[in-house]
Amino acid sequence: MKYYAYYPGCSMEATGAPVEMSIHAIAKPLDMQFIELEDWTCCGSSPYAGVDKFKAIGITARTLAQAEKTGLDLVTPCSSCFTILHETNDLLKEDHRLADRVRGALAEVGLAYNGTARVRHVVEVLYNDLGPDAIAAKVVRPLTGLRVACYHGCQQVRPSYGFDDPEYPDWLDKMAAALGASPVNFPLKARCCGSSLVISEPATAVELIHKLLENASENGAQAMITTTCPLCHLALDGYQHAVNSKYRTKYNLPALAITQAIAFALGLDFKTSGLNGNITSPKKLLEPFMTAQPEQAKPETTAA
Amino acid sequence: MSDIPHTTFLDEVAALPACGKINECIQCGVCSGSCSTATHWEYPPRKVIAMVRAGMKDELLKSNSIWFCVSCYLCTARCPRDIKPANIVHGLESIAIKEGYKPPTTTTTMYRSFAQSIVDHGRVYEFGFMLKYFLRTNPFAALKMLPMAIQLFRHGRMPLAPKQVKGKEELTTIINKMGEGGDR
Repeated sequence: MKYYAYYPGCSMEATGAPVEMSIHAIAKPLDMQFIELEDWTCCGSSPYAGVDKFKAIGITARTLAQAEKTGLDLVTPCSSCFTILHETNDLLKEDHRLADRVRGALAEVGLAYNGTARVRHVVEVLYNDLGPDAIAAKVVRPLTGLRVACYHGCQQVRPSYGFDDPEYPDWLDKMAAALGASPVNFPLKARCCGSSLVISEPATAVELIHKLLENASENGAQAMITTTCPLCHLALDGYQHAVNSKYRTKYNLPALAITQAIAFALGLDFKTSGLNGNITSPKKLLEPFMTAQPEQAKPETTAA
Repeated sequence: MSDIPHTTFLDEVAALPACGKINECIQCGVCSGSCSTATHWEYPPRKVIAMVRAGMKDELLKSNSIWFCVSCYLCTARCPRDIKPANIVHGLESIAIKEGYKPPTTTTTMYRSFAQSIVDHGRVYEFGFMLKYFLRTNPFAALKMLPMAIQLFRHGRMPLAPKQVKGKEELTTIINKMGEGGDR
């Protein structure tokens, strides 16, 4: 059993709820335990940095200090939280004057920042600590022949974390292949979904989402496998109607977070996999795979 | 060292966290060429950096530039001088908000509503902050969002009340303490 300090981030309590369900659903069968940080608060995200850079760093540092106390790796499914936590942790290690200021603020509430927390993304943990082969070994309901476009998004791979490729990553492709699916070429797999502007500049956000759906669809995808980021997932799953009415298109491309896809392939039901929460319903697409006999379906080795 | 006065716009920006390398920009334009939304910016990222260095504060902060940054970090991943354009852009946003600039976008209000939600609840309460944003900007635009809101609610993705987090008090103390240090 592997243990992690888990930081869901605010969106996982609302728009990201289906993805959150799937993460908890797969933890046990994959011998992982995500222990939620007690009484966690927002990471600040980009908007707070745009309001006050210094206060934003204090907000982020609270979570880093809480994680340090657990002695476990700090794991988050949200790419925005991941970038902010990772970036702030790096910045505080470099900028000693800023780190002193943060220590002063944290001391007021009995917390300490030492820079010992290791910030990680759920996707990176699944890939590195478990790996496609280990996942493939547990698949009982393979997605054989399902053509998927794997959307990594921006902040899971950028600015730079020293793993996967910041321009053309393929970890989700490899994990999707481990589930039996066939990843298609998807040039825009790490381009932006525009989530941060979806409220205030919806036309711009919908324009970016349209490009992604178009690119996935043109390359023959029947579905998308997305990062666990609740913002990316909502943009692709929830905004197809908005894209269709603006661009007179007819996209109906189920978007499964990688953890939802893993949950389904592990044989979990729709509800437990969080798939009932998807707005673009994947039911019709996935039904044929439900009838597969687990014994026959179980692959001997990874399909990667 | 907070007693050192700001001398120029450039100094003001360079003093912000992760913005110190702005002087090393060679104006190659990779940031503008990589930007996901550059076509919407009045002045694209490369020009934004040039304008900071030329002291064109008012022109820049009154424009819609910077507010279209979606934090995709393509500029930052590709910058050959590692100046972190995305961080500089968010730093500029914080200067614009603090100094009361009124750029032609409602993203400023969205940021404020988001930040207020963190202060009020300790976590961002999505439904609440969006409602506040629409009430402050254009309540009729909220009607357009209604079908989406209904979808989210039906799929169990939109709780109608915020969670109460004990850490909220701690967070307020940290925010206040960080605010005492000023902007350097």
